[in-house]
Amino acid sequence: MKDEKTYEEINKKIEEGNAVVLTKEEFLKIVEEKGIKIAAKEVDVVTTGTFGPMCSSGAFLNFGHTKPRMKMGGGTVLLNGVPVYTGIAAVDTYVGATAVPVNDPTNMIFPGEFKYGGGHVIHDLVAGKDVLLEAKAYGTNCYPRKTLETWINIKDINEAILCNPRNAYQNYNCAVNPSNKTIYTYMGVLKPNLGNANYCSAAQLSPLLNDPLYKTIGIGTRIFLGGGIGYVYWNGTQHNPNVTRGPNGVPRGGAGTLAVVGDLKQMSPDWLIGVSFLGYGATLAVGIGIPIPILNEDIAKFVSVKDEDIFAQVVDYSESYPQFVPGSLCEVNYKELKSGEVTIRGKKVPTSSLSSYPKARKITQLLKKMIDNKKFMLGKAVQLLPSAGSDYTCKPLKERPVNKR
Amino acid sequence: MASKRYVLHFPQSIVDKPILSKLFRDYELTFNILKASIDEDGGLLTLDLIGKDSDIQRGVDFLKKLGVEVKPLSQRMKYHEDKCTHCGACVTFCPTYALNINRDTMEIKFDETKCVVCGVCVKYCPPRAMELSET
Repeated sequence: MKDEKTYEEINKKIEEGNAVVLTKEEFLKIVEEKGIKIAAKEVDVVTTGTFGPMCSSGAFLNFGHTKPRMKMGGGTVLLNGVPVYTGIAAVDTYVGATAVPVNDPTNMIFPGEFKYGGGHVIHDLVAGKDVLLEAKAYGTNCYPRKTLETWINIKDINEAILCNPRNAYQNYNCAVNPSNKTIYTYMGVLKPNLGNANYCSAAQLSPLLNDPLYKTIGIGTRIFLGGGIGYVYWNGTQHNPNVTRGPNGVPRGGAGTLAVVGDLKQMSPDWLIGVSFLGYGATLAVGIGIPIPILNEDIAKFVSVKDEDIFAQVVDYSESYPQFVPGSLCEVNYKELKSGEVTIRGKKVPTSSLSSYPKARKITQLLKKMIDNKKFMLGKAVQLLPSAGSDYTCKPLKERPVNKR
Repeated sequence: MASKRYVLHFPQSIVDKPILSKLFRDYELTFNILKASIDEDGGLLTLDLIGKDSDIQRGVDFLKKLGVEVKPLSQRMKYHEDKCTHCGACVTFCPTYALNINRDTMEIKFDETKCVVCGVCVKYCPPRAMELSET
């Protein structure tokens, strides 16, 4: 057996039913038993996964034309009361995960509940439920109709394309609240005086933490997305490869991100779930799985990363985060976080996760099964993502004085 | 030994009387106070009474005789496992650890016997898997 494998060789083995495909947890056991050298030779593919709230998510929907025709583009469209983006062609819209119903009290009664939003609309669509479409338009010679009220169903509309500009964050903060009052954040409810610590990563199962320098994951990589098959279409927004990294290449805080796309019609409500964050908003929890081809020993080493090798920055969400003040209180590893308690400033603090490790694990198992059943072939990236050492950066907004004319 | 949960309403006229202690002393009952509040309408107490069935009945009769309104706890927390994503956001909020994580599997378990129906979990659960329901 030679030391390097190619995508073509691995795909041929998948087709012949001879590929050795392991979930990330299974791979860790093999590495422990046989060592990295043998694991790298014997294993062809390792499946990774993550399931968590990912706000930069949404879906393009093409409803099909009405008779007479109607230009919803530039008008207003509600789906189950939630406004969707119409600034594109006549019957194309984009439903964003964080959109809230027009009459939602939001945070006027604090903390707002955000029981329903764009993420819930996507969940209902993918669950095959009928969704109420209400539209208003200004009317043109070619698109005369001005109002519409109807039920729609995902099976009847033309396209439903999940298209998420930023998912699968490579590592994330651990959020705490050192102030003396409860705060309501996108990292959950944070009790005062370091009462709890919330984290959000599948850590050792998470796709980009297993390919920390983006040596396999790139544009065109085929992925498990929301229960169906999708693709990486670009780096995600706020992709930030030039951060502090450990000796294993693993970033010590948020870094790379992925933009992903796939056919919503193939997906499942088990892996796209509308969620509500008290006092913050509504969003969508997304399930993503990525197979990593074990092309050589270097990649095998990256994929052997464990929870204890991955560190999260403990960030003050009462002051530093909202005021955009850099720095952290300390760092903790994910083995500690997953134990249920970490020590911060000498205090024992109970931990909670927002990302679901059991669902991430299930994704690695489902993806393995899809590959074993020849339902999923590896897709070689046509272009890799900007990595450490590139000139790619993530900048804050530069505000400039505006002189109103 | 039986364990029964009641909601007790103490009218204003008797909120200053030592009553619960008698349940222990005279009726051989132990109890766990799950929730307690007092305002201008009197006192409200959610209680787990523990003892022999016959003693619990005698204790309840004693309370009623004093003018305490006694109702069985009619609400419970329903755990919708199909909605739960096992993220774990709830576990640092549940005051009695009725919601907890199996650290081997990282899955959420709901132990209803520990639940005091405080309802904190309802809004703190992102997929809203916990529901306050009538029994």
